[in-house]
Amino acid sequence: MFSNNRTGWLLLSPTIIILLIMGLVPFFYVLYVGFFKWNPLAVDPSMQFEGFGFNYRRLIFDEVFLASIWRSIKFSVVTLFFELGLGFILALSLLSSFPLKSFFRGVHTLPLVIAPIVVGSIFKLFTVQGLGPLPHLLKDYFGYTLNYGLNADQAFWMIVIMDIWHWTPFVTLTLLAGLSALPQDPYESAKIDGANNFQIFIYITIPMMVPVLIVVIFIRLMDSLKIVDEVWMLTGGGPGYATRFTGIHIWKEVFEKRFYGLGSAMSILYLYITIVICWLLYSVMVSRGKNED
Amino acid sequence: MKIRKLFGKILTTLLWSVLTIITLFPIYWMVLVSTRTPVELFGKPDLSPTFLNKIHWKNFTKPFIDGIYSDYLINSIIVATSNALLVTTLALMATYALSRFKLPGSESIFFWTMTNRMAPPAAFMLPLFLLFSTVFKFGDFTLFDTRIGLILLYCVFNLPFAIWLLKGIIDGIPKELDEAMIVDGANIFTIFWKLIIPLAAPGIAVTSLLSFLFAWNEYLLASTLTSVYARTIPTGLSEFVTTTGTNWGTMAAVALVSMIPALLFLFLVQRYIVAGLTFGAVKG
Repeated sequence: MFSNNRTGWLLLSPTIIILLIMGLVPFFYVLYVGFFKWNPLAVDPSMQFEGFGFNYRRLIFDEVFLASIWRSIKFSVVTLFFELGLGFILALSLLSSFPLKSFFRGVHTLPLVIAPIVVGSIFKLFTVQGLGPLPHLLKDYFGYTLNYGLNADQAFWMIVIMDIWHWTPFVTLTLLAGLSALPQDPYESAKIDGANNFQIFIYITIPMMVPVLIVVIFIRLMDSLKIVDEVWMLTGGGPGYATRFTGIHIWKEVFEKRFYGLGSAMSILYLYITIVICWLLYSVMVSRGKNED
Repeated sequence: MKIRKLFGKILTTLLWSVLTIITLFPIYWMVLVSTRTPVELFGKPDLSPTFLNKIHWKNFTKPFIDGIYSDYLINSIIVATSNALLVTTLALMATYALSRFKLPGSESIFFWTMTNRMAPPAAFMLPLFLLFSTVFKFGDFTLFDTRIGLILLYCVFNLPFAIWLLKGIIDGIPKELDEAMIVDGANIFTIFWKLIIPLAAPGIAVTSLLSFLFAWNEYLLASTLTSVYARTIPTGLSEFVTTTGTNWGTMAAVALVSMIPALLFLFLVQRYIVAGLTFGAVKG
């Protein structure tokens, strides 16, 4: 409708320029630094080129880094499992009417808008030894000692519980939006054919929900692979390496030990692994969705 | 059948009651901690609502009036507000261009903006830190530890979802209206001012509120890219971790204050938050 595209490009250019400078330039810069040996605190603080694969070769045998990636993946899968299960049940329950529904729903939305770092603070205050009510309640009523400052398993599962508290509402609301938009005809014909609720859920609801499920899984996986803030606040990555997820590991290597070159290589590998996992998942789910049609 | 239905209703209400308690209990405890003296916090946790009788205001006045946290608060407000305004303006322009012009490669531009959101910030900490402190330099002025640096940086995370949100809305405004205005001799500014902005007003409001919220809540990059002058409230919160003998009351007070915008906006954005978090892939 406009005779030339110049106005269009003009309108688009500020966005492109900002995204180029703040998004693409850092990416190529980290790719570049990743090829060098560079530690500003070392005897020789300059950048030294030691061959393209130098840092990456080191990383392949870096057990702490590989363990942190494995830990992040394990964490993402575990939280996704619980959040999807719980979120689906809650979304289904929100389709029926019950007293105080909009109030419950409003409170359920609350964790979504709270900053991750504040969520970490809330859980720290709630669970820390000597202050929080949770260790006391567990001790008094179940005789269970909660001290995630010392116990590695407890620390990991504490983070899982915190993540479930924080992000299940997202899964619930997204699935609810998907469920409310489903066409009603298949349900009516299934009921006429005498299908029970369980069969309807397995053979009608789930297949029709696949596109929404893909979106939810995709976004949740991306986000939980990124997790840093809450963990940093709650456990600081400890005890030992128990909650040292990849993001935290990079933070420590880069800003505590000043391994700039190695840290860059880690960042690139981290980015690469995130993309690969999500792409794999996406293609698997899309092809499965197609087969069922 | 009727009894079964009633039973189901009771069970659902019960489930949601338990859930609501689980959601609110930790927040309630934080409020309790923020209103108590260190002595009152010592020993067995007291879960009664003591703030109804007595509030230990020093937890709030110490960081925000005597301490540096008022500066952090001002920084947070400036950064989040400017970012929201900038993102909304740029996204409005970009979306209009993507929606109304047949630009070659606009599909890929659209996709590319989205990939920016997907990247883990931890992977960009180091390059941004180095670029901000050594490369993006104009004389003595570096972007490191400045509010403008943070404002520009947060565009990377906020623009993609803003464009996604606004695209649906602007696509929904009939092109005939634009064309009629052009025939009447209107230029692009008049079209924006008289047509697009009034018609897309709710979408624009939601976009700016969510941008504000994301900028307000961001921690990791703010903590690596600032040191003294541009620190925001979330970075201030993390300072409580490293100090020995944490003053829990003050920490709870700061956390509570930093939650205020979220609580204020919750009711305004609640309906749109799903669309915002899923890039409009799922409409809430």
